[in-house]
Amino acid sequence: MVPLSWYLIFSAALFAIGLFGVLARRNVIVMLMSIELMLNAVVVNLIAFWRYGDTMKMDGLAFALIVFAVAAAEAAVGLAIIISVYRRRKTVLADEINLLKW
Amino acid sequence: MTIETLIWLIPVPPLLAFFLIWLFTNRNKALSHSVAVGAALLSFIGSMAVFWQAVNHHELGKEPFQSAVNWLPVADGWFRVGVLVDPLSAVTLFFVAWTVLMIFIYSIGYHNFGQPKGEHDQPGLPPHGAKIADSHGHLHTVPSVEPMYSRFFAFIALFAFGMYLLVVSDNLLTMFMGWEVMGLCSYLLIGFWYAKPSARAAAIKAFMTTRVGDVFMLLGIVYLYSATGTLNFRAILYNQDVLNQLAGASSGFLGLSVAGAISLLLFVGTVGKSAQFPLHVWLPDAMEGPTPVSAMIHAATMVSAGVYAMIRMFPLHTAGWEGHGLTASMSVIAFIGVFTALFASIIAVSQNDIKRVLAYSTIAQLGYMVAALGMGAYVAAAFHLVTHAFFKALLFLGSGSVIHGMEHGVMHTEEHIDPQDMFNMGGLKDKMPFTFWTFLIGGLSLSGFVVVTAGFWSKDEILARAWGGEHLVIFSVLVLSALLTAFYTMRQISLTFLGKPRTTAAAHAQETPWTMTMPLVVLAFFSVTAGWSGISPHFPLLGGILPNWFHEFIRETLMKLPEPMETSYIPLIASIVVSLGGLSLGWLVYHNHPAGAPDPLKTSLGVFYRWMQNKFYFDEVYQFLFVRPSFWFSETFVFKWIDRTVIDGFLHSFAIASDFIGRFLRTRFDLPVINGFGDLVGESSKKFGKSMRVIQTGQVQQYMVAALIFVFGTLIFYLYSLP
Repeated sequence: MVPLSWYLIFSAALFAIGLFGVLARRNVIVMLMSIELMLNAVVVNLIAFWRYGDTMKMDGLAFALIVFAVAAAEAAVGLAIIISVYRRRKTVLADEINLLKW
Repeated sequence: MTIETLIWLIPVPPLLAFFLIWLFTNRNKALSHSVAVGAALLSFIGSMAVFWQAVNHHELGKEPFQSAVNWLPVADGWFRVGVLVDPLSAVTLFFVAWTVLMIFIYSIGYHNFGQPKGEHDQPGLPPHGAKIADSHGHLHTVPSVEPMYSRFFAFIALFAFGMYLLVVSDNLLTMFMGWEVMGLCSYLLIGFWYAKPSARAAAIKAFMTTRVGDVFMLLGIVYLYSATGTLNFRAILYNQDVLNQLAGASSGFLGLSVAGAISLLLFVGTVGKSAQFPLHVWLPDAMEGPTPVSAMIHAATMVSAGVYAMIRMFPLHTAGWEGHGLTASMSVIAFIGVFTALFASIIAVSQNDIKRVLAYSTIAQLGYMVAALGMGAYVAAAFHLVTHAFFKALLFLGSGSVIHGMEHGVMHTEEHIDPQDMFNMGGLKDKMPFTFWTFLIGGLSLSGFVVVTAGFWSKDEILARAWGGEHLVIFSVLVLSALLTAFYTMRQISLTFLGKPRTTAAAHAQETPWTMTMPLVVLAFFSVTAGWSGISPHFPLLGGILPNWFHEFIRETLMKLPEPMETSYIPLIASIVVSLGGLSLGWLVYHNHPAGAPDPLKTSLGVFYRWMQNKFYFDEVYQFLFVRPSFWFSETFVFKWIDRTVIDGFLHSFAIASDFIGRFLRTRFDLPVINGFGDLVGESSKKFGKSMRVIQTGQVQQYMVAALIFVFGTLIFYLYSLP
């Protein structure tokens, strides 16, 4: 059986890639996708801990499902915001969307 | 409908008419006068019905028509108000209804209804006349309609309401209300042509002068209420216990009994309202109002109201009177009445304005009534009140008709003369026959012309009472005044109607329309016949032919029925001699007075005539004694000193002190401490913000880096600080 630590390493790597994407990419859509990556890393973590723990309890699975649901909602809201920003400002680049600066 | 309900309704139509005209119909002249005359007619019909019932009611004095309702809750129970018709109010209702209706009809003609609008007429001034072209294209000036026609009818309707209310009241309080409503209306109507300064001044004068009397009257009412606990006429005046108690208790004022003190206080109200000396000054000036107003005020309503109130309160005025000699308050009343009668007659002799003569004559005749009451001659006073109301209304309306005819002449000839000055008249007999004959009847009645006229019977009754009561001074002064009355009446008639016209305007005078002459004829009828209801049964030859109805009827108002007078020949002869003597003297002196000549009295009486013509300088004396001091008091003392110096000074110093404290607080506390602290907070926040704002780049990803660093920092701190 694949040891638990592998899953954790994979998940941490996935999370780091997502984090990098969010912090470093200019395109807001890519940033959104990176966020999805980070969420998926979290889900992998959750499932792994469930599988190596008490499989009779369903809490790990339930948690994972909730995270998916949140992710889906977040993607929907995020994309909607991006589209409306794009319509107004003709850009999806994060460093050009800087109205909130002093 | 019961008779009591009908009595309640009598004052209502004029009041409704007032509101209707005021609120709705004032734009339409014909509708307004229809409403007013219609209301007067309704009240008239009601009054006649009540009068008829009252006359046919057995022992009306003991069981008068009355009904009352709870009105005002007072400490223990209710103050009740209601209506009362006893013989006195029935008779008063009769003459008030007739004169009011006649005056309303007369006003239509007097204010030129149906005439064109004047080009230069404006509200607040008498109409100037309008120019119209006849069939030949000539321009004529004709009388123009009064600009404030509807307003006039609204006011006289309210006036009529006041009088009806006063007559049917069963208590002093509602009577006083009617009294005051009339006071207000007389003010409004005397100042009807308010753009004339003289009319304004006259209105204020009338209001202020009667106010003096009314304040005292109100004091009397309050005193009476506190002494008896009621203001109901029957409860006080038809109750011997109450009267005895009032007459017996001492008021602690000049040794008067309570009844005497109240009587004098109420009497001052009458002095003001009925223009007795020394408050007579307003009445001649009240002639500034339109003539129907003069008749309303001087005959039918206001001044009669003063005497009516006295006759009404007669048992109180004479409480404690044994039948011979006079009580203190009765002496005062008699003195004022007699003095006024003589004094006003003397002034009337020298007046040239046709209405002013009548005004002074009114004062004198009211003096007669007051004197009669002072002597305890109850029936005589009431009788003279009734006859006087008719013939004086007739004379005032007649004089208005004369003035109207004269104004017509003045407009026609465009002569600049005073159309009210009798010396500008003359010869109007042929021009204005209706006016002449009715005026003659009124004048003869006023001077007490033998047998046929009403004035003879009532005046004779007063003189007979004075003689029979052995009040020789009163008797002789009244006889003298009757002589003067006959003299100035004939002077007036001669100057106005007889001889030749003294001006071209008088030559072109014209008879007035039927709305004006018809009331004259009706009133002339009563000026003759009203006297026949009160012929003493002991009168030689004529006594007993007609029953002495008036006496029998009216005396039932009292508990102690006064007996008819034994007729003595001396007052009768005196009365006939002075009346005929005065009339023929007046005719001799004035019947052929030439134009431009001075008054014959002027040359024969000299300086005394000048005094008379200036009304013994009463206006000037009052001006000096009361008006100027009160002006000084209000202007110099109250305005300049109290208001400007004391009150304003106090306020100003208060303001200066507040200003100083305010400035001190501002510079020493508010600016440095409060503002300083506030600014400090604000400034430091600003500085902090300025220094921190550089991190607000607007770059989402930089924020996220910052968040990440913070999270890692916290995490590391957390992990390492764990034990």
